[in-house]
Amino acid sequence: MIALLARDLRLSIRAGGGFGLALAFFLIVVTLTPFAVGPNTATLSLIAPGILWLGALLACLLSLDRIFALDWEDGALDLVATSPLPLEGAAAIKAAAHWLTTGLPLTLAAPALGVLLNLPPQGFVWLALSLALGTPALSVIGTFGAALTVGVKRGGLLMSLIVLPLYVPTLIFGAEVARRGAEAQATATPLAALAAISLACVALLPFAAAAALRVNLR
Amino acid sequence: MSIWEYANPTKFMRVTGVALPWLWALTAVCLTVGLTWGFFFTPDDFRQGSTVKIIYLHVPSALMGINAWLMMLATSLIWLIRRHHVSALAAKAAAPVGATFTLIALATGALWGQPMWGTWWEWDPRLTSFLVLFLFYLGYMALWAAIEDPDTAADLTSVLCLVGSVFAVLSRYALVFWNQGLHQGASLSLDAEENVADVFWYPLLVCIAGFVLLFVALVFLRTRTEIRARRIKALETRARISAA
Repeated sequence: MIALLARDLRLSIRAGGGFGLALAFFLIVVTLTPFAVGPNTATLSLIAPGILWLGALLACLLSLDRIFALDWEDGALDLVATSPLPLEGAAAIKAAAHWLTTGLPLTLAAPALGVLLNLPPQGFVWLALSLALGTPALSVIGTFGAALTVGVKRGGLLMSLIVLPLYVPTLIFGAEVARRGAEAQATATPLAALAAISLACVALLPFAAAAALRVNLR
Repeated sequence: MSIWEYANPTKFMRVTGVALPWLWALTAVCLTVGLTWGFFFTPDDFRQGSTVKIIYLHVPSALMGINAWLMMLATSLIWLIRRHHVSALAAKAAAPVGATFTLIALATGALWGQPMWGTWWEWDPRLTSFLVLFLFYLGYMALWAAIEDPDTAADLTSVLCLVGSVFAVLSRYALVFWNQGLHQGASLSLDAEENVADVFWYPLLVCIAGFVLLFVALVFLRTRTEIRARRIKALETRARISAA
């Protein structure tokens, strides 16, 4: 499992792996926001938590098709499936690798981008915390979506259509934590719900992803 | 005699072939009686005026929008466990019907909301969760359409239906938390003494029966079409093999 994780991490960091693309996309979305809604700082600080969450979610979505597509094309996925490692474990590792190369950098970059959107000072901790708790769920849900559509040629749009509705609960609670944090309100309830969603997704969805992979590899 | 006998496509075709004309007739009677009664022979509401009559389209279609997904969930489970092809095809057939009912519920709700709430759309948990449900239908149908091999498609859409059901329920509760509602509470429940005034209640029941029958008839019809399409494909393959 560790070997697979290390291999996925190396592949994504080295040339052509797309590491950093998600971060650059996140930066561009945040940069474009003031052009769309106007540079009024009061408006920006009002919508900053939501825009940052939405940007992180879309950046996460764009990198999903890399999880299985390349391994599917060159046959590495068949090798993984025939190895002694259970496919559920492989799916979980793939999701972990995606989170380490996408979710974690996004979480670390979000406070810096919060400065651009004039996020209120008390909001930074909550934004980072909500993203740290929420992005694992995004990665695991995305792994499930990628596993479903891995056999489809040019399945990117299809995967977005399938994955985005599944992101709704995570987005609601995550953005709610960030918004309440920015407005200095109590955040315990949405934070608990967000953590619950993340934990449940991490615990259950690798099984669904592995089931989908087995069907696709049949 | 058990329900599994209808998993045999030939038996299914024979039974539904006999049942369909009766189903259509019953549907037509129920919908004609229910809608005419509801639209022309009930009084206007004290406060809502004649807009209250949209309830005869809105409530049954909303009901069927949710129940169609539940039916797809059940048939997907049956497909995954017992591998009956008719079951998978019934789920495929039900999806566009359910999506249409969901859309009707959203549209009639908007038409009613404009004069009553003063807005076509409000980000209320009930409205939003229906929109999310509609998106689930779209994703489900898109996945069916994208995969060529029918068995693979049936398997993957069944898994999506299962996972989607969990997330649909989750979204519902998340949305209640997210925004307080403008939509009124449930107007139908079996244990309430009187749900809505009896004058509106009886025609509504007839309409609901009509919509249920319409759903069953449409699903039968579409499942029969799917079975026939599958047979044509099999015959074409056989002809190609014997020609070669």
